[in-house]
Amino acid sequence: MSSLQATTEEVLQLAASHFKVPRETLSPEDDFFKKLGIDSLQALDLLTRLENHFHIELPDYELQGVSDFRTLAERIQARL
Amino acid sequence: MLDLHQYSSLGSALRAALERWPTETCLIEADRERENCRLTYREFRDAAIPLARALQDSGFPPNARAAIIMTNQSKWLISAYAIFFCGGVLVPLDYKLTATEHLQLLAHSKAEVLIVEYHLWRAIVQAKGFSGLKARTVLVTEVPSGAALDGAKRWEEFRGKGEPQFVERKREDWASIVYSSGTGGRPKGCVMTHENYLEQCMALTTLYPFWPGVHYLSILPTNHAIDFMIGFVGSFTCGATVVHLRTLRPEFIREAFRRYHITYMVLVPMVLKSLERGLLQRFDTLSPTNRKLLNALIAVNRALSRNRPHLRLSRLILRGIHQAFGGKLRALFVGGAFTEPATLQFFYDLGIPVANGYGLTEAGTAITLNDFKPFRADTVGKPLPGMEVRIIHPDTDGIGEVIVKSKTVMSHYLDDPDMTAATIVNGWLHTGDLGRLDNMGHLQLFGRKKNMIVTEGGKNIYPEDIENNFEGLPVKEFCVFAANFVWPIRKMTGEQLIIVLRLDGPSELTNELRLELIERNRRLPDFKRVSGCLVWTHDFPRTASMKIKREALAEEIRAVTDRAAMIEL
Repeated sequence: MSSLQATTEEVLQLAASHFKVPRETLSPEDDFFKKLGIDSLQALDLLTRLENHFHIELPDYELQGVSDFRTLAERIQARL
Repeated sequence: MLDLHQYSSLGSALRAALERWPTETCLIEADRERENCRLTYREFRDAAIPLARALQDSGFPPNARAAIIMTNQSKWLISAYAIFFCGGVLVPLDYKLTATEHLQLLAHSKAEVLIVEYHLWRAIVQAKGFSGLKARTVLVTEVPSGAALDGAKRWEEFRGKGEPQFVERKREDWASIVYSSGTGGRPKGCVMTHENYLEQCMALTTLYPFWPGVHYLSILPTNHAIDFMIGFVGSFTCGATVVHLRTLRPEFIREAFRRYHITYMVLVPMVLKSLERGLLQRFDTLSPTNRKLLNALIAVNRALSRNRPHLRLSRLILRGIHQAFGGKLRALFVGGAFTEPATLQFFYDLGIPVANGYGLTEAGTAITLNDFKPFRADTVGKPLPGMEVRIIHPDTDGIGEVIVKSKTVMSHYLDDPDMTAATIVNGWLHTGDLGRLDNMGHLQLFGRKKNMIVTEGGKNIYPEDIENNFEGLPVKEFCVFAANFVWPIRKMTGEQLIIVLRLDGPSELTNELRLELIERNRRLPDFKRVSGCLVWTHDFPRTASMKIKREALAEEIRAVTDRAAMIEL
């Protein structure tokens, strides 16, 4: 099982590649809505990509109230 | 459909529907590609009756209030019916609020019963203020085995034996308390009567009939007034089937259209735009020849549909697109926020009519709706049957405040006679929206008179409600506004919130304060964040009771600044 740190890094890399921004511009505490300029539906797109990558299922409500990469990684980590 | 004139309450109308179409499917609950449950009207009744009996056995009296906090699913509707069966007053709360907000509204509504999903209940239990929860009975759905319930009961096990007693209500009795906003400041609990709902249902189904065999796709939560009306009351009283989809992911929405041959769907502009994006991406993958062919077919369809939709013809001409939507789609309804005319036109040209409407909770959901006679992308349609709409104090362009009179207008705001008196004047509901009626009777909207914004997701945001989040800022005073309230523009999109700061000491915004504002902003959900700030160098005008005179302050700011004065956060 990978560590939270490793999961967070993978989330950041996937987000960077999905939204075509350099990985180094993103950090764990960033608010992904603001940083990437995305709406909640685009965030769901990212969630789908993360599910496919980690082979898990995250119900939509898991994103409820989550807006930073670190918390998102924690939610994923809890299901690995 | 049922003749709703014959019924005096939602409970009696729904009860008749369950008896009228026992073998028709009333509910399908889908989660991604899985189907969680499928119920006929008889099975729905069989699921709700033991719950109603258990509620009565637990001492839930007529007129008592029961709140539901759930995502989009079948148990929402089953629970609501059981509450109406007992003569209760439904309090549908938005599951997207925070647990603290849930507790505030539960207290304000004085709900005696709470029905809630497990993950939301966990958050409520852990929230500050939980010990003050007054609900005597809490029923929790989808509890994992062995999980602690903190005094609650499992919804699935809360079943009484024997037939409960049906409690009839009169048309003027309260059916529900719906919060249009007001969690941080002044809760706005709209008290809706049974008559409000029955009249609205008749008006909507006159324009857009439902019948057994209609499949309505529900993706909005049922606490949303539109989904409650169309995805519950309207569908059930016509014997139609409601398909609940427990995800908003576009790929599963597309799949649901195909799998369940959807007839109607209600959505908010944000989801409509997402469907548009998805279609455009698919068009982009076509070869140049096929793209030209598609454009030609769309042009033919547009010409043929100029005066009214021709569904069968459109399905033939643009077969591939219509098959992707299941082949049975008759119309999409969009509301809750402003929709770009270009998006409406895009779908209409494909032979998918999008009925654009306008409404507010206080008016009993919809006030106007497009009837496609002919299609108009630039308006929010004509007043529904039974709705009187007027424009007061029009300017030279005919634009003024929209006011409404109808049997669907709410009774009052719960425990707030002052706000009720300011909103309903001589029987006319003052919407706070600015509009104009054209010579065809269509309503066009041009912005807001009131201090609020509506997001693309259909959320009403009142600036007062988010001021709590900025309490304790190291400033002398502050106030949050809708930017359009301070500097009005005739636009319904791109609305923003701003925070006005009266500094305590320095005359300019320090970097430290700016960072704190950004940090405080991050604690809010994205749709509630302020976009910018303005430093004001005078004390705020206040009432004798020290409340900020918002209109006066906005006027003062407007007199000497424009939008360029706003510092982006």
